[in-house]
Amino acid sequence: MTFMPPPALDDRLKAAFADALQIPADTVQDDLAYRSIPQWTSVAHMALIAAIEEQFDIMIDTDDVIDMSSFAKARQIVTRYVAVGG
Amino acid sequence: MPDIGSDIDPFAIPPYGLAVREKDALLCRQLNRLTRHHRQCCAGYRAILDALGRGCEPAFRLEDVPFLPAALFKLSPLQSVPDYEVVQVLTSSGTSGRAVSRVALDQRTAASLTRALVTVVTTFIGKRRLPMVIVDGRESLGGDGAASASAAAVRGFVAFGRDHLFLLGADGQPDWPALEAFLDRHRDETKLVFGFTYMVWRHLYQAARSAGRRFDLGPGILIHGGGWKRLQDEAVSNAGFRAVMQDVFDIAAVHNYYGMVEQVGAVFMECDHGRLHAPVFSDVLIRDPLTLAPVPLGQPGLIQVMSLLPESYPGHCLLTEDLGAILGEDDCPCGRPGRTFRVDGRLPAAELRGCSDTRPL
Repeated sequence: MTFMPPPALDDRLKAAFADALQIPADTVQDDLAYRSIPQWTSVAHMALIAAIEEQFDIMIDTDDVIDMSSFAKARQIVTRYVAVGG
Repeated sequence: MPDIGSDIDPFAIPPYGLAVREKDALLCRQLNRLTRHHRQCCAGYRAILDALGRGCEPAFRLEDVPFLPAALFKLSPLQSVPDYEVVQVLTSSGTSGRAVSRVALDQRTAASLTRALVTVVTTFIGKRRLPMVIVDGRESLGGDGAASASAAAVRGFVAFGRDHLFLLGADGQPDWPALEAFLDRHRDETKLVFGFTYMVWRHLYQAARSAGRRFDLGPGILIHGGGWKRLQDEAVSNAGFRAVMQDVFDIAAVHNYYGMVEQVGAVFMECDHGRLHAPVFSDVLIRDPLTLAPVPLGQPGLIQVMSLLPESYPGHCLLTEDLGAILGEDDCPCGRPGRTFRVDGRLPAAELRGCSDTRPL
């Protein structure tokens, strides 16, 4: 499936964040940033990447692992992967 | 007096994109900028320069940029940003009771560290993340708060992998069944193996041998670092290490790396020809251990490391306690331009103070 409307993507991405960082889904907002909360550590970051990859069935390159510094940035990156069909 | 090129972003240039002459010119200008910056923002650094009789005059050659002993960071927490801007403190992995080096990173310097590592390592292994074996336990990632150099290295390198397998279980022993399952999952894929040199030797090679097991890790890439000191008794040479990894485990690409906690950006990777390369944002030169004068190419001496990335602490130009030699300039058979060097070990006198201030990153 290559077409995915943005709201569905957002919800799934939020779920992946909430799950990997073990935080309530409603606290996942655009400005949620790497290291801005105690849960989003460098170690949790790799769990987050794995959760997103599983959720969207994509493989994220190293560059994007490093660039994924906020929820807004994650949406941008994941949208790009999903658009090219993962 | 504006410095030409002082606003060049070193990350805009490919990591091995400059020959020695151009690179020296770029580094010299940028190191001068950092010297000025730290002089202005770090009273301790300013006091040292004043004591050395160094004014504000720029250096015209790399060797003239003022350098601090790397060990200074064991004594003094020099930093060039206010405490509230510090996002991470890195410490060397000294054994208990020993003095450890401590460097403070702000957001910008921490991000540069990560970027430097990614820029350099992806030129060796590609941008795709690889199934990864870490020859260590899960606890090597460290806890929250201040990160030891070794934990910072593991955390940095896991970004290049996926489906991570930490080889050592909670009992500190290799989990061979887990490795077999991992290898079954990734039979024909290129695998990334990462670990500290002595851990790879002890807990992969020697442990497998004494357990009578053989593993085919090919096609594989091994990245290892942290120094050879703990393997001194076993007289393992770099060439011997590479040969074992290739012959026993079928790992065709073996890359040692050299780096230290005191200098963010000093990420020196070994190419297929066994030489360590300095990426564009860092470099090395060799000094006579007694006179501290620069020595000619090929002559062994103390390694000085330079990096454009430390903004939050004055670690842009440091004299290490490691011995080594420049192997060549713009002439490595691997094709990467720039200086290449080797590391021979620790200056013997420094061993009295022990330990790990040259642990990776």
